[in-house]
Amino acid sequence: MRRRIEDNVALSLIWGGAGMTILFLAWMLWHILSNGLSHVSWEFVSSAYTTIGETSGIFSMIVSTIYMVVLSISIAAPIGIMTALYLTEYAKPGSQLVKIIRFCTESLAGIPSIIYGLFGMTFFVVTLGLGFSILSGALTLAILILPVIIRTTEEALIAVPQSYREASYGLGSSRIYTIWRVILPSAMPGIVTAVILSTGRIIGESAPVFLTAGMVTRIPESVLDSGRTLTVHLYKLTQELFTVNEWNQAYATATVLIILVLAINLLTKLIASRFNKAAY
Amino acid sequence: MNQTIAAPTQEFEFKNPALIDALNQSAQKVDWVGRIFNLLFLVSALIGVISVATIGYFLVLEGLPAIQFAGLTNFLLGVDWYPPALYGIGAMIVASVVSALGAVVIGVPVALLTAIFLAEVAPKWLANMIRPAVELLAGIPSVVYGFFGLVIIVPAIESTFNVPAGSTLLAGIVVLAVMILPTVITIAETSIRAIPKTYKEGSYALGASPMFTILKVMLPAARSGILAGVVLGVARAVGETMAIIMVMGNSTAMPGSLLDSARSLTANIALEMSYATGIHASSLYSTGIVLLVFVMLLNTSLLVLNRKRVK
Repeated sequence: MRRRIEDNVALSLIWGGAGMTILFLAWMLWHILSNGLSHVSWEFVSSAYTTIGETSGIFSMIVSTIYMVVLSISIAAPIGIMTALYLTEYAKPGSQLVKIIRFCTESLAGIPSIIYGLFGMTFFVVTLGLGFSILSGALTLAILILPVIIRTTEEALIAVPQSYREASYGLGSSRIYTIWRVILPSAMPGIVTAVILSTGRIIGESAPVFLTAGMVTRIPESVLDSGRTLTVHLYKLTQELFTVNEWNQAYATATVLIILVLAINLLTKLIASRFNKAAY
Repeated sequence: MNQTIAAPTQEFEFKNPALIDALNQSAQKVDWVGRIFNLLFLVSALIGVISVATIGYFLVLEGLPAIQFAGLTNFLLGVDWYPPALYGIGAMIVASVVSALGAVVIGVPVALLTAIFLAEVAPKWLANMIRPAVELLAGIPSVVYGFFGLVIIVPAIESTFNVPAGSTLLAGIVVLAVMILPTVITIAETSIRAIPKTYKEGSYALGASPMFTILKVMLPAARSGILAGVVLGVARAVGETMAIIMVMGNSTAMPGSLLDSARSLTANIALEMSYATGIHASSLYSTGIVLLVFVMLLNTSLLVLNRKRVK
């Protein structure tokens, strides 16, 4: 009898713990979406930010965010994919060099993002003289997402069956031809997942972004202009929540961010499920 | 059989000496394309190494002047932060450690229960619904957590504890507790699932109840994996910046209780970096070094844990 009571207590605790996790997520989503969704309109998304007036929007922040995502990924993806190729296809497994590369990649993944901001501000903004610009921000974020891209791509490359390589070499193809025509196409879903995961990371980062890319609310004209991404914008908005309009803008910006994250999660799921179906 | 194949080859060699020459030459020729790509891939792989080295170099180079200026003990243990005269980050170290530990105390039990639920208790359809939700929790930007903390948790603390300002250490702890949930849940669930089925079967065969099996057999067996999840959660909490800035009040004084405002190491860097110069800027790099030392200690303990797990 005592045992049954203990069992039931434990079971209800477990259900309660899981319930708390889900309830908190649901509460947060509901609170932000219910307050923000009604203020997300085409006008809000497409008009420029103004500190006065009711028609203030987030168009310039969306543009900055897109700049940031595209630029960081076009810097980090080639480097990350080539690193993964080196580690899986070229390097002798277990060699000293591979160990060093792996150790550094893991260290990069462990460094808090604010340190990247600190580094980016000294190195890219001041030392290289790029100033507070989208380019400085993108270079900083490129280092930050490098471990994600390397790890995910590596997993995808390892999953390509050895027989594919053997068959390709057996037909007389060179190593680089095999990589280009056989290995990379088979690993494509994994590489796309890596890119999407890093997109989510870039959209979500804020501390290293405002230290390197600044907070100017104009639409950036080139990559050397300063820009304010969506997350930095939400942060700035919350520092001055006075009028109803400002509250609404903050809720609406948070809603846009949550919708973006939801879309990215769904996209990853979709690719992952297709990836699993792909029969080797 | 062998002869029938060998015969034409010889004839071929005999009849085409020019072709054989060409083939031999191409075999000796250096494969330049291959070498160039090999080099290109190697250089890319070294970019990560170079980045780590450059980050470390700049942190130390820029951070040393402030430590020399203030003295290491004064810098680490001093509780007065009045740039440009006094640089003591003792209060911030306390704030960072207390907020991370508090987040563990609140967050880990909930995360652990959720992980057990997902791995052992939940029906499959429910687990398949909750798992994406946990992933979503991991993907939400920290600014959004901070915003939620600011509009819900901070006012709730104000009214519950009757304090004038709700931006306190406690608010930071609650927000961080939620933020480490997905990290701990995912890793704990994976390590519970990795336990051999025979453990469970053995326990059932001895007449143990499902709950007894989970709590007394599965959890101890998954201990090192769960600890690894907790360590990663702490690392995430220590490194978190924006959410903390938004809910903890950022006062530089030593927090007297959980209901005092406090500033973490990360917040110190983020808040003052944009206008700091000279020794003041250098002191922020030193703050970064201290933060990095914390994270490195955590990662080292993780390495030790993983090594144990492999054994």
